[in-house]
Amino acid sequence: MRKILASLGTPRGLVVAVLLLAMALLPVIAQVLDQRYLLSVSTRIVIWSIAAAGLNIMLGYGGMVSFGHAVFWGIGGYAVGIFAHHGVHDGWLQWPVGIAAAMAWATLIGALSLRTRGVYFIMITLAFAQLVYYVAVGLEPYGADDGLNIAGRSQFSGLIDLRDRGQFYWLCFALMLATIWFCARLANSRFGLVVRGAKSNETRMAALGFPVFRYRLVAFAISGGFGGLSGLLLANHDAYISPAMMSWVKSGDLIVIVVLGGMGTVFGPLFGTIAFFVLEESLKPLMDMASKGTGEYWQIVFGPLLVLVALYARGGLDSLLGRGRARSRHRG
Amino acid sequence: MEYLILQTLNGIQLGLLMFLLAAGLTLTFGIMDLVNLAHGSLYMVGAYFAWTFIAWTDSFVLGALLALPAALALGVAVEMVVMRRLYARDHLDQVLATFGLILFFNELVRVVWGPAGKSVALPSFVAGTIDIMPGVPYPAYRFAIIVVGAVVALLLAWLVTRTRMGMLIRAGASNRRMVGALGVDIGLLFTLVFGLGAVFAALAGLMAAPILSIKIGMGDDILILAFVIIVIGGIGSVKGAFVAAMIVGQIDIFGRAYVPDLLKTFLSAAAASSAAPAISQVLIYVVMAAVLVWRPTGLFGQRS
Amino acid sequence: MFARFGAAAVGLSLLAAPVHAQAPIKIGFVSTFSGPQAAIGQDMRRSVELALEHLGGKMGGKPVEIVFEDDQFKPDVGKQRTEKLVQQDRVNFVTGYIWSNVLLASFKSVTDEADTILISANAGPSQLAGELCNKNFFSTSWNNDQTPMAMGAYLQAKGVKSLYLMAGNYAAGKDMLAGVKRTFTGQIVGEDLTKWPDQLDFSAEMAKIRAAKPDGIFIFYPGAHGVQFVQQYVQSGLKATTPLYQVFSVDAITLPQQKDLALGTLGAQQWVNDLPVDQNRRYVADFRKKHGVYPSYYGAQSYDSIMLIASAVEALKGDLSNKDAVRAAVKKADFKSVRGAFSFNTNNFPIQNFYIQEAVKDSDGNATVKTIATAVTAAKDPHFAKCPMK
Repeated sequence: MRKILASLGTPRGLVVAVLLLAMALLPVIAQVLDQRYLLSVSTRIVIWSIAAAGLNIMLGYGGMVSFGHAVFWGIGGYAVGIFAHHGVHDGWLQWPVGIAAAMAWATLIGALSLRTRGVYFIMITLAFAQLVYYVAVGLEPYGADDGLNIAGRSQFSGLIDLRDRGQFYWLCFALMLATIWFCARLANSRFGLVVRGAKSNETRMAALGFPVFRYRLVAFAISGGFGGLSGLLLANHDAYISPAMMSWVKSGDLIVIVVLGGMGTVFGPLFGTIAFFVLEESLKPLMDMASKGTGEYWQIVFGPLLVLVALYARGGLDSLLGRGRARSRHRG
Repeated sequence: MEYLILQTLNGIQLGLLMFLLAAGLTLTFGIMDLVNLAHGSLYMVGAYFAWTFIAWTDSFVLGALLALPAALALGVAVEMVVMRRLYARDHLDQVLATFGLILFFNELVRVVWGPAGKSVALPSFVAGTIDIMPGVPYPAYRFAIIVVGAVVALLLAWLVTRTRMGMLIRAGASNRRMVGALGVDIGLLFTLVFGLGAVFAALAGLMAAPILSIKIGMGDDILILAFVIIVIGGIGSVKGAFVAAMIVGQIDIFGRAYVPDLLKTFLSAAAASSAAPAISQVLIYVVMAAVLVWRPTGLFGQRS
Repeated sequence: MFARFGAAAVGLSLLAAPVHAQAPIKIGFVSTFSGPQAAIGQDMRRSVELALEHLGGKMGGKPVEIVFEDDQFKPDVGKQRTEKLVQQDRVNFVTGYIWSNVLLASFKSVTDEADTILISANAGPSQLAGELCNKNFFSTSWNNDQTPMAMGAYLQAKGVKSLYLMAGNYAAGKDMLAGVKRTFTGQIVGEDLTKWPDQLDFSAEMAKIRAAKPDGIFIFYPGAHGVQFVQQYVQSGLKATTPLYQVFSVDAITLPQQKDLALGTLGAQQWVNDLPVDQNRRYVADFRKKHGVYPSYYGAQSYDSIMLIASAVEALKGDLSNKDAVRAAVKKADFKSVRGAFSFNTNNFPIQNFYIQEAVKDSDGNATVKTIATAVTAAKDPHFAKCPMK
C-alpha cells in the first residue's frame, strides 16, 4: 500500500492512477454523457491492451519479434465461435479451452521457430500465422472468410451477464488489470530476469547455465495465452469472428501498439492501445476540421507518424513520463 | 506431356517474376540488415511510374526505360529521408517505420493517381502467343518475363561476383564494420544499394503490370511472398533468392495443377475440391517453415 | 482518453447546436474508400451524392446529412465504423456495404442493438436472406446465388454443354459457383477455387482449362481480380477457342482497364446502364456528365438505396419516430428503381429481373456493357423460404 501511495508522487504514478480511475468509472461516465460509442471503443481498447500486454512479454522483455501474434486472437475467437456454433455457450468450458489452445499452438510454433533468430524469427512467426489464416479462410463449416455470427455470449452460471455492456466492460477491465499485474510480476521474477537477460546477452545466460530455449518457449506460451484471452473477449464483444481478425496487418497493428506505448514497460501496452485508437478516431475529424475532405486521407498522416515514433520516440509514450527502468534498445 | 512442360514453364516464369522482386529485397536486407516492408510500395510506385510514362510516351519500352530512373530517384530519396536513420536500429524499429511507409505510400498513390486501378496494354510484339510445340501456344509476354528475369539474374550474379561493388556488397553482408574500417564510404554504398533495390522492385512492378493490375496495395499482396523467398534462400544471398524463387514458383504452380486431382484419388470429390485450395495455399508456408526448422538461416544463409 | 472525452464533448455540442434548425435526416454510408477496392467505394459515393442532388438535398422537406465511413475492406473496422454511426452520429438509416463479411460483422449493431434500418447496397450473403433475415434489414441488390443462377439458366438455354468454373476461394466465391450449378446442369469439366484475395497468377489454371477443353469458362472475380483474370485469359490465347462467361468480373469499374480485352464477354446482372427506364436514363446521363465514366451496378444499387429511404421519409412526412411505420414504409418500396420493377420479398430482398449483358464499345469508343437478353423475370432468391418472416 505504501509503495502504491509513494508511486502516486511520480508523474507516471499519477497519470496511471488518474487513467485507471477514469477507466474504472467509464461505464458510468458514458451513461452520464449518453455516449454509448465511448463505451464500445473503450471496451475494444481494454481488450486489445490485453493482447498487447501479452505481446510485450515477448517483444519488450524477451526481444522476440513475433509478426504473427494476431493468430492468437483468431484461436481464442474461434474457440468461442465454434463452441457457440454447436450450441455450447458455457464460458467455463469455452474460455479454458480457448486459452489452452492458444498456449498449445504457441508452444508448438515456439518450439519450431525459436531455433531461428532475428529476421528469420519474424518471418517464421508470420508464416505460421498465415498458415492458420488460410486454414480459417477455407473452414467452410464455420463460415470460411464470411466469418461466423455468434448467437449467444459466453455464460458463467448466471454470475455475470456479458450481454450487458457495462458488466462486460468491467469484466474486461478487471482482466486487463490482472494481466498487467501478472506481466509486471513476471517481468521482475527470476523467470522474467532470465528472459530479459537473454535478450541482451543470450550467450551469457546460457553460460550461466540457464536453458534459454525453454525459458523463451514458456514466455512464448504465456504471451500466446494472453492473446487467446483477448481473442475470447473480442469474439464476445463483436458477437462475430472471421479470419480477418488474424490477418498479418492486425499483427502489425499489435507491434505498432507495443512500440508506440513503450516496449518492456508495465503500462506501455495500455498507453499504446489508447493512443492507437485515439489517433484512429480523431485523425480523420481533425484533418477534416483543418481542411474539409482531407480526413479521408488520414493514413497519409498516420503513416509518417509511425515513422517518427520509430525514429525519435524510441521509449514510446511511457518514456514521456520520465525515466522508468533503464532499458536499452540500441543494438550494439 | 505437353501439359507437364507447360506447367513447368509456368513455374519458371512465376519464379523469375518473384525473383525480380526478391532480388532487391535480399540485397538491402543482406548488406544493410534492413527489414524493409516498404519494398512492396516501391514495387507499386514503380508500376504506377511505368503506367504514367507509358501513357505519356505511348510506348511500353520507352515508358519502362523512363520508369526505372524515376524509381532510382525515389529509392535514393526514401533512403536519404528515412532509411539511413534506421540502419543502426533494431529490426523492430525498422518494421514499425516501414509499416508506416506502406500506409503512407498507399494513401499517396490514391491522392496522386486516384482510387481506380490502371492497366497497361502489351506492346504488339509480345501480345500474342508462341507455339512451344505444334498446337501448344504459350503467351509471348511470359517468355519476355523469363528473358528479363534471366538477364537480371545473370547481371546480378556478375555484379556480385565480378565487380568491386559486388565485393563490397558481399563483404558488407558478412561484416559491415570491417568494410567501413577499410575506408569505404559506407553511406554512399548503402544509398546506391538501396536505390538499386528500388530499381529492381520497380522493374518487377512494371513487368508484372500487364499480367496483374496496377492498384493500390498491390505491393502488400506480394511482399510476404518475397519475404518468404529470401528467407528460404538465406538472407543476403542472391543465389539463395534465385534458387528459392524457382522452388517456390514450381511448388505454387504444381500445387495448383496437381493437388486437386491427387486428392481426388483418396478423398471424395467434394472434400477434395474444398481441401485442395487450402493445401496449395499453405504449401509455400509449410515449405518455408520446414526449411527454417532444418536450416535456421535458410538454404544459403550465413551461419551465425 | 482525455482526447476522447474532448471529442465526446465536441460531439455533444454539435448535437446541441442546431436545435432551432430542423433536425436533418441522417444516413450513414459504409463502404470501402481506401486500398485496392477503393474504386468501388468511389462509384458508390458518387451515386449517393447524385441521388441527393436529384432529391434537391431534402427528404420529406427536411435537410439530409450523409456520413460516409471507410471499412478499409476489413470486417472489424466495418463493425467499429458502423457502431460509430448508430451510437455517436445516431443516424436514422445505415446503408452501403460492398462485402459479405463486413456486412455480417456489422449488421446486428444496427438492426438489433440500435433497432435501426440497414439497407445493403451490394452484399447479399445467403444467411441474411435465409435464417438470419431481419425485419430491419433490407437489400437493394440481390442474394449471392441469384446472379450466377441467371447466368447458368441462360447458358443452359443457349445449349452450352460443358463449363470450367473458377472463383476466389472465399464464401462469396463458393456461393457463386454453387449458384451457377443450381441452374446449369451440363457437364462441369473442372473447378478451381483460387487463393483469395492475393492470387496473382492464373497460368496454372489456364493450362488446366486448355487441357480440359470446355465449351466455356465461368468466373467470379470482382474488382481488380477481374482485370487480372481477363488479361491473362486473353494473353494465354484461350479467348480464340473458349468463350468467357462471368458475374461481377466485367463491369464499369473494371472495363476502363480491361478495355478491348473483355469485348464480347457475356455476364448476368439485375441492372444494366442501358435499361429503358426513365429514372435510369437520368441517373446514367447525369452520372456520365458529372464524372465522364459509366456508373456501375454498385453505384446503381446505392442510388436506389437513397431513393428507397427518400420514399419512406416522404411517405411519413419526415416523422421517423414510429419505427414500425418506418419499416412498413420502406417495405412498400414505393420508389422508382433505376432497374424498373422492384418489390420486396418476405425476406426483404428484391423481386426483380436479371439480364444478360455483353461487353461492347459505345459510339465514343469507350468499353461498356449493353443488355442483350432477359435471363429471368421477377426472380426470388432461393433462400427466402428459410426466413421466418412471412
